[in-house]
Amino acid sequence: MSELISHSQEELAALFRAELLTGVGRSVRHESAAKHASGAALYIDDRLEFPNQLHVYARLSERAHARIVRIDSTPCYAVPGVAIVITSADVPGKLDIGPVFPGDPLLADGSVQYLGQPVLAVAADSLENARRAALAALIEYEDLEPVLTVDEALRRRQFVLDSHSHRRGDAAAALAEAPHRLAGSLRIGGQEHFYLETQIASVLPTEDGGMLVHSSTQHPSEVQKLVAEVLGVPLNKVEVDMRRMGGGFGGKETQAAAPACLCAVIARLTGRPTKMRLPRNEDMRITGKRHPFQVEYEVGFDDDGRLHGVHIQLAANCGYSPDLSGAIVDRAMFHADNAYYLGDALVEGHRCKTNLASNTAFRGFGGPQGMLAIEEIMDAIARHLGKDPLAVRKLNYYGKTERNLTHYHQTVEHNLLEEMTAELEASCDYAARREEIRAFNARSPVLKKGLALTPVKFGISFTSSFLNQAGALVHVYTDGSIHLNHGGTEMGQGLNTKVAQVVAEVFQVDVSRIQISPANTGKVPNTSPTAASSGADLNGKAAKEAAQTIRQRLVDFAARHWQVGAEDVQFKNGQVRIRDRYLSFEELVQAAYLGQVSLSSTGFYRTPKIYYDRTQARGRPFYYYAFGMACAEVLVDTLTGEYRLLRADILHDVGASLNPAIDIGQVEGGFVQGMGWLTCEELVWDDKGRLLTAGPASYKIPTVADVPADLRVKLLENRRNPEDTVFHSKAVGEPPFMLGISVWCAIKDAVASLADYHLQPAIDAPATPERVLWGVEQMKKLQQPQGAVHEHAGEST
Amino acid sequence: MIQFFLNRELRSERALDPNLTVLRYLREHLRRTGTKEGCGSGDCGACTVVVGELVEEDGRERLRYRSLNACLTFVAALHGKQLLVVEDLEQRGRLHAVQQAVVDRHASQCGFCTPGVVMSLFALQKNADGPDRERACEALAGNLCRCTGYRPILAAAEQACGAPEPDQFDAAEAETVAALKAIARGGTELAGNDRRCLLPASVDELAALYAAHPEARLFAGGTDLALEVTQQHRALPLTIHLGGIEELKRLTPGSEAIEIGAATPLADCQAALAAEYPDFGALLKRFASLQIRNQGTLGGNIGNASPIGDTPPLLIALGARLLLRKGGTSRTLALEDFFLDYKVTALEPGEFIEKILVPRARPGQAFRAYKLSKRLDDDISAVCAAFNLLIEDGRVREARIAFGGMAAIPRRATACERALLGQPFEAAVIERACTALAGDFDPLGDFRASREYRLLAAQNLLRKAFLELHAPALPTRVTDHV
Repeated sequence: MSELISHSQEELAALFRAELLTGVGRSVRHESAAKHASGAALYIDDRLEFPNQLHVYARLSERAHARIVRIDSTPCYAVPGVAIVITSADVPGKLDIGPVFPGDPLLADGSVQYLGQPVLAVAADSLENARRAALAALIEYEDLEPVLTVDEALRRRQFVLDSHSHRRGDAAAALAEAPHRLAGSLRIGGQEHFYLETQIASVLPTEDGGMLVHSSTQHPSEVQKLVAEVLGVPLNKVEVDMRRMGGGFGGKETQAAAPACLCAVIARLTGRPTKMRLPRNEDMRITGKRHPFQVEYEVGFDDDGRLHGVHIQLAANCGYSPDLSGAIVDRAMFHADNAYYLGDALVEGHRCKTNLASNTAFRGFGGPQGMLAIEEIMDAIARHLGKDPLAVRKLNYYGKTERNLTHYHQTVEHNLLEEMTAELEASCDYAARREEIRAFNARSPVLKKGLALTPVKFGISFTSSFLNQAGALVHVYTDGSIHLNHGGTEMGQGLNTKVAQVVAEVFQVDVSRIQISPANTGKVPNTSPTAASSGADLNGKAAKEAAQTIRQRLVDFAARHWQVGAEDVQFKNGQVRIRDRYLSFEELVQAAYLGQVSLSSTGFYRTPKIYYDRTQARGRPFYYYAFGMACAEVLVDTLTGEYRLLRADILHDVGASLNPAIDIGQVEGGFVQGMGWLTCEELVWDDKGRLLTAGPASYKIPTVADVPADLRVKLLENRRNPEDTVFHSKAVGEPPFMLGISVWCAIKDAVASLADYHLQPAIDAPATPERVLWGVEQMKKLQQPQGAVHEHAGEST
Repeated sequence: MIQFFLNRELRSERALDPNLTVLRYLREHLRRTGTKEGCGSGDCGACTVVVGELVEEDGRERLRYRSLNACLTFVAALHGKQLLVVEDLEQRGRLHAVQQAVVDRHASQCGFCTPGVVMSLFALQKNADGPDRERACEALAGNLCRCTGYRPILAAAEQACGAPEPDQFDAAEAETVAALKAIARGGTELAGNDRRCLLPASVDELAALYAAHPEARLFAGGTDLALEVTQQHRALPLTIHLGGIEELKRLTPGSEAIEIGAATPLADCQAALAAEYPDFGALLKRFASLQIRNQGTLGGNIGNASPIGDTPPLLIALGARLLLRKGGTSRTLALEDFFLDYKVTALEPGEFIEKILVPRARPGQAFRAYKLSKRLDDDISAVCAAFNLLIEDGRVREARIAFGGMAAIPRRATACERALLGQPFEAAVIERACTALAGDFDPLGDFRASREYRLLAAQNLLRKAFLELHAPALPTRVTDHV
């Protein structure tokens, strides 16, 4: 950089005329890419340990529901290296670490609520010793009756939070008067996050009773708050630092807090640095997952397949505590329309309490489950009327000027459904392939092909409106290098890269000049979780504001110093033009420093326009919608239920992309993760509430071979977000997840071919080979005319 | 004492706990933290490292690089080898070509799986002759990535295998070969933390050691045994490592049978078995992951007597025999007589599998094998089926049919076989055989599949085998479509 100072005015002018190559809209590489590849990227478990480091292992409940009669931890101390054993009684401050509502004791308090709940924690000089000691503790239980299924919880009306409804019009009347009516049900499985880095925290006691916490968390401010609460100290004693996560996907939004809090309590009681890393099996047993849902629906429609009315009941298996289930079921309800005008609608959401781990945030946050229900309904209508499912979908799309009010009374604006469907339908050659597939199926008795094109309309904003705020902190140093900090956390999604590009764009400097720093509660306070796809929208805006503040000071200084108008000061590609004089960025910075100008600023952003009135169940919970489309073609083996995705075409809307390479990475990764949720990923519990699929040997996420060789992913071009988002981009974290629904619908399409597309196979999610084979058997047995109302019972595991 | 090279540094370990895995050795003993633990059970590949070993090719000794899971590899298995980990690839501040490909193709997001992906790509690049999607998928099926959806990782594989320039490892190959040769062959042992691992160098030595210590646990790849340590947290006080016994790793195509040394890695069995029985080769491609096949052996897959091992049903259907050895005496045993009950075999104390004898294919013989699982790659069978039929003049002359996942042991479907024998090979007979098959097994339901699915799928696999033999032009396998 200092070299540039000696450049001639001509050289600087030439640089000024050139484009900045690392600003917004450029496919800048992930800021850590080289470190990921070389092994130099540090995760918490890679940090140097202290000589007196403690390692924590929690002893988990062996019962789904029981009273704890006695805990004897004396045998633990016989194991060498044990420093301390703690139970709920040893927590100095508040025991409950529930994120929004209470209900999550850090350690079981008197009773256990699920099999896998931490009952006590042992800290020792090694994880191995801590584990041996924890397993040596004697715990006596008195069994209580567990509730493990949504059915049973509904029967008992056992909920973690109150039910909620969205209404528009008179659904009952519309159903009664509709020419056709269908009723059905659908079971939707949960999903393990399977972040590659398991939950981990490492805590160092500092002076004044404080703690420095390294936590792999999407929500440093919440970890800070909960650590302070369990210790009984003010928040300002606790500093949380978060450089990167090895994946989050929602699983580290609330549930990263427990390891951090356990470490903090132990660090307080022992005065020693303390680390807790969950082995994979323990992680899968302790932590909650995507909510399994049970859906009951009734739908009325006309001869064309147009919806007149719906009644959809969404019942989530929340596990034992509220966690984020309130907002998750809300979002499922907000997405029970997906892309469709429902007619007169009643959408109800229930939050069932069961004796399982507390289910939590996971990419899409209930949205996918709500969407799957309405996509199932679209297919059921198409089968009933003998129409192509895509025709029924298009018929029911929200209109642009009418039929554009959602069941929660938000108007759908800037609707891209029709044009995107038209574009993808043409580019993927839907109609011709539909015909080819019919022909293939006619001549292939064993293997059947299926095709489905499904849309995504996903609402962007936290539905808890107050969370839609963010802060950032930018320093410019005297050599022109820039320190950037913001309230968001990097879990692989490229947030740091995008926010750095935003700052690079504002200052018109190369992104290499910007040092990204770990999220840190001491730098940007009171942050919201990096969740709801909001990371770049919120933190990008906050960082932009911070950078603009500093840039404005530089402009004002330059105008004063060189006695020109503010409009004469322009930044471009690392250079500054001051009327007809060219300076390098760092020359201006140096001059401004000598001119006593502050080169540090915070930035703050809050999302405008949004509100939701829960009592009325009306409002505008979403600032805008992100759209996407996917068309999947699958091949199904009707003898075994095995299948394979042959081709997928995706068109996705990210507004004006901040970074197309990163956005495509989110689209592809989300699609495959969504496909996994609906195909090979199956959670199975036994009748005692024990998770049988608690490791990757039994729980199968997609591998490389599940991705089709023919994968055509495109970002929608030339569609800036009409709302004033950061450089008119759109959020991209969650929406593509639901593109995976196309694969599930395509599998069912292939099975439906066995009954000439006149019956909707009852294949619940995930569509494992077994469920697909039962769907095949159902088609073979049921090839007879159906009544106007049919009920299909899903089988369950 | 064991000796191995960590990249170019000779390490002589005299006192290590032989229950220590390479992953813990790297992360905790050496504080080389580039290699990650994602699961500790060999299912995710985040801990993938590469091992270079001496192989003879056209009379010349060279290095062969293979990927394996550090979390399932006991340190003793490194003896006489070169271990390469992700930190070893960068040279003088420059990323290796496979690392650069990962960066260029945006193939990392959270980055936690990336070191393992990089090492799998490195091994792929060293063994591939140019880019090949299918081969890349095989190399990467054991590397789970939760972020990217894999497409950019495949793009990185394509770039890395495109036109690889010689790297520092190629430049040092002769030197590394010489250094590895200098490590004493012969038997040795590793002891530490009151545990011992014996490393015999010959079958005779092994026979003597095992006869003297019948309580010892044998391992070659150790991909199953290591789970007892990493997942069940058991101590293995005495183990015997078979990986150093060259005789046990030989594969000899005889005129009657292919003789396969029990410690031959599955990856080395693949080509010979695929040539003889294409379905055997196809199944081995879906057997766990490449990392596991590089380590896990055919003898191990039999010896651990799992009811859901993938090769035993195929080998039983083929009429494979085992050469067993105990002390100075040997005997042969039909594989179908080897499995007695759940995890119980006919092996006597101190007796071990020396060779597997797989009969050569005969004219007219039809062999079909199928594996059903929730995920196509790197999954455990819900049902594994193998049909070995000899059909002459439209009649079934011989039938050997075996299943895995249907009972406590892999075994033949004898009633089903009887229903076929001597009968015309036609649909009605197949249906009768399907009915008979339902009497052969009383399978369990578990999280992989229900009892009902197992039974129906097993019958349908017989129907499928019939269709494939009867109407070979019909598409019947989703795996045939790309």
